[in-house]
Amino acid sequence: MKARVYVAMKPSVLDPQGQTICHALNGLGHKKIAAVRQGKYFDITLAEGATREEAAQELDEIARDVLSNGVIEDYRVEILD
Amino acid sequence: MNIGIVVFPGSNCDHDAWYAVSENLHQHAEFIWHDSASLGNVDAVILPGGFSYGDYLRCGAIAKFSPVMRAIRNFARDGGLVLGICNGFQVLTEAGLLPGALVRNDTLKFVCRTVALEVATSNSPFTHQAAKGQILHIPVAHGEGFYIADERTLDQLETDDRIAFRYRENPNGSMRHIAGILNEQRNVMGMMPHPERAADPLMGSTDGLFILQSLAGAAVQSPV
Repeated sequence: MKARVYVAMKPSVLDPQGQTICHALNGLGHKKIAAVRQGKYFDITLAEGATREEAAQELDEIARDVLSNGVIEDYRVEILD
Repeated sequence: MNIGIVVFPGSNCDHDAWYAVSENLHQHAEFIWHDSASLGNVDAVILPGGFSYGDYLRCGAIAKFSPVMRAIRNFARDGGLVLGICNGFQVLTEAGLLPGALVRNDTLKFVCRTVALEVATSNSPFTHQAAKGQILHIPVAHGEGFYIADERTLDQLETDDRIAFRYRENPNGSMRHIAGILNEQRNVMGMMPHPERAADPLMGSTDGLFILQSLAGAAVQSPV
């Protein structure tokens, strides 16, 4: 089973990397790009034998407690197959 | 008195802190390895700067799960004095012992220079030997020192007089120019600047001693 965990800064948190990328894109002539926010994702492979329910629970736990910091970031878990 | 200095894999200011405590402060310093479940017989703890566990994922994100952090949580809960410097500050926020978070500098650049800090409160075990409003010259060296918290938390910090230091010229974008904060009980402090790098006359400034001497003076009376 494979899963993907997305982590990104909360909308209220300044993202200077995203702003710099947006500025660079505008400089390259992509004038329609109004804003960029940069985040990251983790591709995770689960050990065989885990049920979908167990996997969902464990993924939510690691996404909340380890992969993201709830003070500044939001996360989203997707089970891919 | 006895000051414990926590060593994570990747800590790199642990020996500087040890030197400042033993050679400049003339107190006993001892290292505490990250997998120690106990702090031993210490009067105060310093979490030094560096890159704990490589700081992969986020700064301090892995360090918060180390066995020594469980001992530090208990020590802090019982009133023990805990000072987090730079990466130590990041670890304390990740561990939930201090509010807010430290993110990438707004300039996106690592900043390494001496800055002017204003002492925002002298009402703490870490700052009582300095005067409120006093300016201290202490170096910063970080890529992720932008202090961030929601407005309510920032207001609460101000209302409770828990902002310890403010930058005179903000080097990293920190909200309300915050360079250091205290917890609610005032026995845990985190700061991005490095007082241990301004403790010896050779370093050009000894302003860091105001903080270390405050800590030493307070630890003697500490209940733990």
